[in-house]
Amino acid sequence: MKQSRTIMSMPVTIEIVDSNATTKIFEEIFNYLISVDEQFSTFKKNSEITLFNEGKIDSKDLSDDMKKIFNLSKDIKNRTNGFFDITYNDKIDTSGLVKGWAIYNASLILHQKGFKNFYVEIAGDIEVSGLNNEGQKWAIGIRNPFNKSENVKIVYLSDIGIATSGTYENGNHIYNPIEKRAADEIESLTVIGPNVYEADCLATACFAMGANGIYFLEKTPGFEGYMIDHNKIATFTSGFEKYINNI
Amino acid sequence: MKKFILSIIVIASFGFYVISQNTGNSSGNLLSLSNTNSSDTNTNTIPTNVVPNPSDTNNPYSNPQDNTNQQINTSITSTQPTKIIVPTPTSTPIVKKTGLYNDGTYIGNPAFAYNDNVQVKVIISNSKISDIQFVQYPASGRSGRISSFSLPTLKQEAIKAQSANINAVSGASYTSPAFIQSLTSALDQAKV
Repeated sequence: MKQSRTIMSMPVTIEIVDSNATTKIFEEIFNYLISVDEQFSTFKKNSEITLFNEGKIDSKDLSDDMKKIFNLSKDIKNRTNGFFDITYNDKIDTSGLVKGWAIYNASLILHQKGFKNFYVEIAGDIEVSGLNNEGQKWAIGIRNPFNKSENVKIVYLSDIGIATSGTYENGNHIYNPIEKRAADEIESLTVIGPNVYEADCLATACFAMGANGIYFLEKTPGFEGYMIDHNKIATFTSGFEKYINNI
Repeated sequence: MKKFILSIIVIASFGFYVISQNTGNSSGNLLSLSNTNSSDTNTNTIPTNVVPNPSDTNNPYSNPQDNTNQQINTSITSTQPTKIIVPTPTSTPIVKKTGLYNDGTYIGNPAFAYNDNVQVKVIISNSKISDIQFVQYPASGRSGRISSFSLPTLKQEAIKAQSANINAVSGASYTSPAFIQSLTSALDQAKV
């Protein structure tokens, strides 16, 4: 079963292969993601993050989830030498981290309910578990930044997370917090890692590093990357090719 | 009369002796003549952990004709991740001809080079650079060994459309509007 919805202003898709899937579990997961949006959206006037940014909530009164997100952000900021930073203009915006974290939590809920073969996706960040409908690893395409209807690479994944950062859609800009400029040296960077929330953070931070990002990934154990530059050349980490075979 | 002639001979002999010693070994005698402490074999007044530079004006053996102006690069700051000048530990520290440094230990701002930070520590003593050390340097890929500052060679390929069946697509198809809003305001702040 597969269902899609727009939550957090983004397209959300869940596919569950296991035969015991019902609409009930889809509703549960969608409701969970809606509650995350209620808490973390800087667009919502009464979200916890908006109230915190306006000084109406003290940091000691934050929810456990918010504190956890702040701690995770700090950890990833250290690991990426400051290139992952949730603070902009004295305000906190956790959306760079929350998306992947929410997907990962959704996959944990599905595991707790006994589901083994599924994927959860929010806007191009995906957590895959088990095998697809054909009993094979999930086939995930990496979008061509120069032609959105094409995929330039297919990777075959199971029990893993994948995330892609890029600036090619609608003038989005990834910000380089170290040099305080828009990071636009490369077109897109795809990261594959043990879970989608770390993959998401690293995809953002390493994209901000520009051409250096792929080298940061190379030296980060457990993560592989595929970078596409303005010349339509892809550079990938030395372990990336283990994902291109459907075995 | 005899005593007088004898005295002249003795004085003259002594004079000839002194002159002959001077012409036979000029530097040795310069040393002994200029150094009142004959037991001190090290007359170098520069701190011992600085490589003596023949152009150093404080060096008593320097060529007084040499007026070369030399600069020292102690600041390893860079806002461009792709441009970094890293002094190697074996390079000869060169002292500015004018101006002095205050003694102490100074750590440069970390500069991002390729895949990691580089940061140096400079120790000034007696107003001169006495040592340069690395606080941070890039570590190479998975082995963790210290790199020789060269980039690892990663594979490359020209991108090409693939036509296999897929279950989902990973792309930068959409970014949270909140993220965009924050970034836009941040970029506005960053503008000169």
